[in-house]
Amino acid sequence: MGTVAKMAWVELKLFGREPINAVFTLAFPFITLFVLGGVFGNAPRSHAGGTLLFRGVGPMDYYAPAYIALITASIGLVSMPVHLAGYREHGILRRFRASSISEGALVGSQIGVTFAIVVVSAVLITVAAMLAYDIDMPKAIPQLALAFIISTLAFAIIGAALGLIMPTARAAQGLGLLLFFVMFMLSGAGPPPELLNDPLTIVSHVLPLTYAIRLMQNPWLGFSWDYGATAIVLGFAVVAAAVAFLRLRRD
Amino acid sequence: MGTIISVEHLRKTYGDIVAVDDVSFEVQEGQIFGLLGPNGAGKTTIVECVQGLKRVDGGVIRVLGMNPATEAGALRRRIGSQLQDSALPDRMRVWEALDLFSSLMAGGHDWRRVMEQWGLADKRDSTFISLSGGQRQRLFVALALVNDPQVVFLDEMTTGLDVAARRVAWDLIRGVQERGKTVVLVTHFMDEAERLCDSVVVVDRGRVIAAGSPQSLIKEHGSGVRITFTVGEADVGWLKDVPHVYKVSRWGNKVEVEGIGPAGALVAAALVKHGMVPDDYTVEQAALEEVFLGLTSRNSEE
Repeated sequence: MGTVAKMAWVELKLFGREPINAVFTLAFPFITLFVLGGVFGNAPRSHAGGTLLFRGVGPMDYYAPAYIALITASIGLVSMPVHLAGYREHGILRRFRASSISEGALVGSQIGVTFAIVVVSAVLITVAAMLAYDIDMPKAIPQLALAFIISTLAFAIIGAALGLIMPTARAAQGLGLLLFFVMFMLSGAGPPPELLNDPLTIVSHVLPLTYAIRLMQNPWLGFSWDYGATAIVLGFAVVAAAVAFLRLRRD
Repeated sequence: MGTIISVEHLRKTYGDIVAVDDVSFEVQEGQIFGLLGPNGAGKTTIVECVQGLKRVDGGVIRVLGMNPATEAGALRRRIGSQLQDSALPDRMRVWEALDLFSSLMAGGHDWRRVMEQWGLADKRDSTFISLSGGQRQRLFVALALVNDPQVVFLDEMTTGLDVAARRVAWDLIRGVQERGKTVVLVTHFMDEAERLCDSVVVVDRGRVIAAGSPQSLIKEHGSGVRITFTVGEADVGWLKDVPHVYKVSRWGNKVEVEGIGPAGALVAAALVKHGMVPDDYTVEQAALEEVFLGLTSRNSEE
């Protein structure tokens, strides 16, 4: 087995041994899914003023792809930054480097782990939503797969960048949780986006999760592919990759 | 036996601070080489430059014929390293760490043998966080050796260990040398260097202030010998006139004489001539610790 593969396997096991990770990648999206399902059900809804909510589709049809993107964000904003910043803080990064485990191998293995976790969580949450709320099957599976790859890769790279620039695990946790909850509430995974007031809508427009959710929802719900959202999500990934690269060069 | 590491005129700065200034030394194959100095002297910076973990601002380093700055990847496969203040992920198990680190070596070295050799077999499935300080040190040594390196760097290996664990660590270090490796030992403990090292360099404030074998340093810079014995009421003030003696002190029956080199023998002869034959006559050689304190305090007076 190559170093990256072996590293990814060890990192996957380490991920599983950290209970907080199960909270964010499994418990949290499930609890939210069932709470919101209990509140909204899966019949399309409109607001008192007549505005269609949830992009005009059933709330659970709307939330299922959003929660897959949310799981990706929870890894990229919380789990991975805390993990990698802890590696720097405790000299593990130096330890690896001195033994010729490159940062590239470490980051590569983290991206692999992110995909593995998100695939498992995505399948579980989809099955749960289908059983409980009879949500629609995804309309365009190849495009959905592409959207999944783009948004997961982007948040994995954002996670690597945050993890490399944060000096300590505590700092990474503070910033990560702040970003995570703001994105959760405002990017379309919390209240229906149609109900956000103007200032909140403006904030939602600068958050990468807003676009990752759109990217995932469109092929699932049968809307056309969103090229603008694609460009923005990839743009965040490129900026994060540049930040990570510059930080590693400075070491 | 050949030169395995050579460092010439190494210089490393952090902004305006000069951490390492014109440091040169050589390490011979099969040696335990000690890099000594007080905390903050620049020892860790030097070994990190030698391993290619830090960029140098000046000077030439060759390790196993390679330049660490440009051939770091190839070099790191042939050296082993135990770093100061480094750790492993809390929940990584002993066997996982050994397996991962051994996979870096082409051909896949057998980590199970290294695990046995360093007494870690019964800790195979323990997580890093559950290991004691001594067990962690053994694991770090095993990880440093798992790729079968030619040179092993051990940075402040015994800092934070109790006396018993330090002695065990010393045996580990000797064990590394017996396996034919060259060892670069970074330490601020003089007794450690004195017991283990074939050759040392003393660094203070980024500069080399002394180099040689521990014995030659003691001989060259040593404050000499301390002689103690017990006499009755007799006056021993005349001992001051014995050649090579420079100080005589007395506390009740106890006498302490300080001198250099041959004073030990000359004082004994003089006592016998005066009809005194104390039965607790002891001569202590200056330890490297004292040499080191003398050297570093001299350096700070400049």
